[in-house]
Amino acid sequence: MKKILFLFSALTLIITSCKKEVAPEYNTSATGQLSIEFDNVVGNQDLQLNTGTYTNASNESFKVTLLKYFVSNFVLTKSDGTTVTIPQDSCYFLIDESIPNSTIPKLKVPEGEYTKLSFVVGVDSLRNTMDISKRTGVLDPAGTAAGMYWSWNSGYIFFKMEGTSPASTQNGNIFQYHIGLFGGYTTPTINNLKTITLDLTARGTAKIKNNKPANIHLLVDVLKVFNGTTNISIAKNAVVMVSPFSANIANNYANMFSHNHTEN
Amino acid sequence: MKFKIIGLVFFLAGIIACKKEITQAFTGFSSPDYFPTPVYNFNNNPITEDGFVLGRKLFYDASLSANNTISCGFCHIQTSAFTQHGHSVSHGIFDSLGTRNTPPIMNLAWSPSFMWDGGIADLDLQPIAPITNHVEMGNTMDNVLKTLRNSPVYPQLFQKAFGTPEITTTRLLKALSQFMLMCISNQSKYDSVMRHQATFTETENAGYAIFKKNCSGCHKEPLFTDYSFRNNGLSPNNINDVGRYDITLQDNDRYKFKVPSLRNLYYTAPYMHDGRFLTLDGVIDFYTGQVTDAANLDPLLKQNGHLGFSLSNTERQQLLAFLQTLNDKNFVENKMLSEQ
Repeated sequence: MKKILFLFSALTLIITSCKKEVAPEYNTSATGQLSIEFDNVVGNQDLQLNTGTYTNASNESFKVTLLKYFVSNFVLTKSDGTTVTIPQDSCYFLIDESIPNSTIPKLKVPEGEYTKLSFVVGVDSLRNTMDISKRTGVLDPAGTAAGMYWSWNSGYIFFKMEGTSPASTQNGNIFQYHIGLFGGYTTPTINNLKTITLDLTARGTAKIKNNKPANIHLLVDVLKVFNGTTNISIAKNAVVMVSPFSANIANNYANMFSHNHTEN
Repeated sequence: MKFKIIGLVFFLAGIIACKKEITQAFTGFSSPDYFPTPVYNFNNNPITEDGFVLGRKLFYDASLSANNTISCGFCHIQTSAFTQHGHSVSHGIFDSLGTRNTPPIMNLAWSPSFMWDGGIADLDLQPIAPITNHVEMGNTMDNVLKTLRNSPVYPQLFQKAFGTPEITTTRLLKALSQFMLMCISNQSKYDSVMRHQATFTETENAGYAIFKKNCSGCHKEPLFTDYSFRNNGLSPNNINDVGRYDITLQDNDRYKFKVPSLRNLYYTAPYMHDGRFLTLDGVIDFYTGQVTDAANLDPLLKQNGHLGFSLSNTERQQLLAFLQTLNDKNFVENKMLSEQ
């Protein structure tokens, strides 16, 4: 009997705690903090800039010396299907592997449970054609965006990865992938903007309350920059910038983001 | 009596000198009535005298370059209608050579794109390219802002132009735009004729007719360009510059370059995107006998199976006479646009 009583109370406890999880009370007029961690990795290893050596699908070993990419235009979907769009003045971030703080952008969102996350890798075409006065903060070509902006072909570089590899025939055995192009001002050209949508339900939704921030932890596997629909060989394509081939790299890196877990 | 006359002469000289200054006083931007509507968005950057003066100072300031040697005006020389006279391709920092001929800074308010390949769509973004190009001014934007902030004069000039001494990317670029937008060339003989203040000579008139028949399809009046990108049949150069293709990655844009204005031709030699022709005669020789066929050669240069166009010697002289009416002496000598 004692045993049964214990089981019963344990069951009640579980039910109660489950219930609490199913229907927490959210004050939709209050906001909380959602951070999104872009944890850059290579396959199943952590990315170590300059020191780590990795191997791609073309069996080429490589080191990464620089990794930067823009993420922007975050849209979050609540469990009831409604969406929250992060305002334009606070939706651009530059992830820079050499600056740990930069890899965890923080968003202010209404309280609620979020089941889906979407964002753009790069800087959308609208912002790419805006007046210079609208290019402040991480978009300032004299500031954070220096090196992430093509002055001769006005536009932001969305994704930049550089490194070295014995397979490279370039001076210093370097490889450089600078990927941008938003579709062109007047004459259409390649559009390498990628929208990433990640379902959070399998590995944990984000439950935001005013006093309870949450963190969505993403793994960003840069090995997928090389390995994908088109396997990129450093020997054949050590330097890719403004060229039709850039679309292959953008198509590959569109698959490098996955949801690992959420800390509520 | 003698002294009185000398006094009078000095007095008159004084008046004339003053008058000259008055005629060159800042009057703001205005578009001639026979010009199209400017494409520059003045709402985002209203031109003021203080903004213009700041822009002019920046334009002629070598401290914008990495080693304090190259100003914008180094390659854009006013007496050559803001081109780099005698250089086929630009000559920049550390005696480096670029790959293209320095384009003029003139009537930019009407230009929908910049550079020979049109890679830059907004005048406000244009200066970033030469400032940061390692063969032009070799600097970083960040460093330029630091230099200006540490200068004893600039914070004050920015205050006058923009209300506070703060020096930002936006303010730097807007001030440079204000100066460049004021580089308006509309005082050539052609302009006087358009304003009914002068008439063409018989030869010039004959040349005008030849121009309209053979050239105006691309070099559209009154700016003498339609700002389009075309393959005019130049053979690819030794660096195989593919022009507009580098921007659009469209195969059909290979070897296309922006149609340049014909204004101020007298001052802007050499000609073409790589400065390959030293004289206007060289250019006419090309259009009348050296046009190379290509899949995307501009159709205007291949009519009835004939490449280019034909001119008799007389017609050539007439055309050249008309083209000389596009030179604007007042523009290249305007003190308001000169280094102070």
